[in-house]
Amino acid sequence: MLTIKDLNASYGAITALHGLSLEVEEGELVALLGTNGAGKSTTLKSICGVLKPTSGTVTFLGEEITGKTPEAILRKGISLVPEGREIFTSLTVSENLRLGAFSSYNKKRYQADLEEMFELFPILKDRFNQPGGLLSGGEQQQLAIARALMSHPKLLMLDEPSLGLSPTLVNQIFDLIAKLRERGTTILLVEQNAERAVHLADRVYVLNTGNLEFAGTPDQLEKELDIADVYFGGDGEGHHEVTL
Amino acid sequence: MIFGEFVINTLSLGSLYALVALGLVFVYGILKLVNFAYGEYVMVAGYSMYILGAFTPVPWWVTMIVAVAMAALTSYLTELVAFRRVRQKSDNAALVTSFAVMVLLQNAVLLFVSPRARAVKLPSAFSESITILGVVTPLRNVLTIATTLVLLLGLTLLMKYTVLGIAMRAAADKFTTTRLMGVQANLVISFAFIISGFLAGVVSIFWVGRSASVDPLIGFTPLLIAFIATVIGGMNSLVGAVAGGYVYGLLFNILSITLPASMISYRDAFMFMIVILFLLLRPEGMIKGNYTEERVG
Repeated sequence: MLTIKDLNASYGAITALHGLSLEVEEGELVALLGTNGAGKSTTLKSICGVLKPTSGTVTFLGEEITGKTPEAILRKGISLVPEGREIFTSLTVSENLRLGAFSSYNKKRYQADLEEMFELFPILKDRFNQPGGLLSGGEQQQLAIARALMSHPKLLMLDEPSLGLSPTLVNQIFDLIAKLRERGTTILLVEQNAERAVHLADRVYVLNTGNLEFAGTPDQLEKELDIADVYFGGDGEGHHEVTL
Repeated sequence: MIFGEFVINTLSLGSLYALVALGLVFVYGILKLVNFAYGEYVMVAGYSMYILGAFTPVPWWVTMIVAVAMAALTSYLTELVAFRRVRQKSDNAALVTSFAVMVLLQNAVLLFVSPRARAVKLPSAFSESITILGVVTPLRNVLTIATTLVLLLGLTLLMKYTVLGIAMRAAADKFTTTRLMGVQANLVISFAFIISGFLAGVVSIFWVGRSASVDPLIGFTPLLIAFIATVIGGMNSLVGAVAGGYVYGLLFNILSITLPASMISYRDAFMFMIVILFLLLRPEGMIKGNYTEERVG
């Protein structure tokens, strides 16, 4: 579905991605892991058009989308839940959701879509007419995900959805991601909470300072980390904090 | 009824200034660009009125509609031809471009029309007076207030209840995220320029209506007033711009009646002092607005 080949991206003189190749198949949940500055967000930004890659290609559903504008790429069916949620704070919950449906608005379907979002995120129904800025962090994250889903994306990309949330809310968000996956949504998930992400994922990519360090299934990752523990003297729980 | 006169004058002047300020802030809110060519949209509408009035037999209301449309079109075209190309480069490039557009439009008129003022034909309503609650006032004061109220109501409805309005507000808040919703950057920016030009065109009718003439530098004072009013009211809020316009009108009229005759020519100096005080004590203006200062790229 999504194929990235030899992607290079940089911020000014600083190279953030070195020839990254990555693939997401339809119906998969792929986790993209790595420490701060590994290039995870850069990868998502390059896919969705916020950042123009310096070289390499991004192909989605057989069509090259490298360097297209964010609005064009959204219309192809890729929706991003940005890091830090990026709720429109002065707009109401209702208006935030309406903008989510901007590209694919259909009067008949809209009400049904809203009902579906209320079912997934009951809190949004209570807060419907409140400004987004008055929502708590967890509520804003739910709104950000709901807003992204309103465009009926073929691929949903989540950038650090659990960042800054309390443990209870983190659980909620991961339950939700599991639910979305069951519904058949294809997901590319960037997380610092590696353990939880690996647990959910079909396949895992690990980035380190802009280079791909691992690509494979969660089982393979676990094996490799155990080996690393043996050789480099981990505490036996390496997969908790190699946090990759 | 000195007080009644003062109230009507202040409301009328404030309304005009509110429209002027609003037009400038519409573009600033989204591009974070102070468009120095803004005054020239007022000028373009003024010359449209002059040309249609002097050389064609069209009725006055056609003249006015065409004048407003010309201002909106000019504003849109300057975005399309000039700003769109430099938008991604840097803030400074866009700022310098707005100066360039200003100089270009002014000189075009100097060259092709005349450096001297031209008389503009106006409907008789602009020179009539009416009596309201015992106050005799020029009819155009009342027209200014009424037009402004209608426009403010219309714009409020547009911004609140249409999806384009919602997208405009979102873009002023977080531009990149708005694009991630599938909202085309060019759409909201063009729309902002069109509204900005439209407001400049309406302002032009009443501005020209006071002197019944137009000259190549007519746009300078509206630009300055818009700038001052937005500094007072708040650069990051549409409501702030309107409030700033009315406060400017109020301060101006208070100075006009309280300053002794020998000091009246220093009225602008006092206005600038107030602006400086605002910049020192409350740089965000009366109404802060919750828009972030994100660069558009």
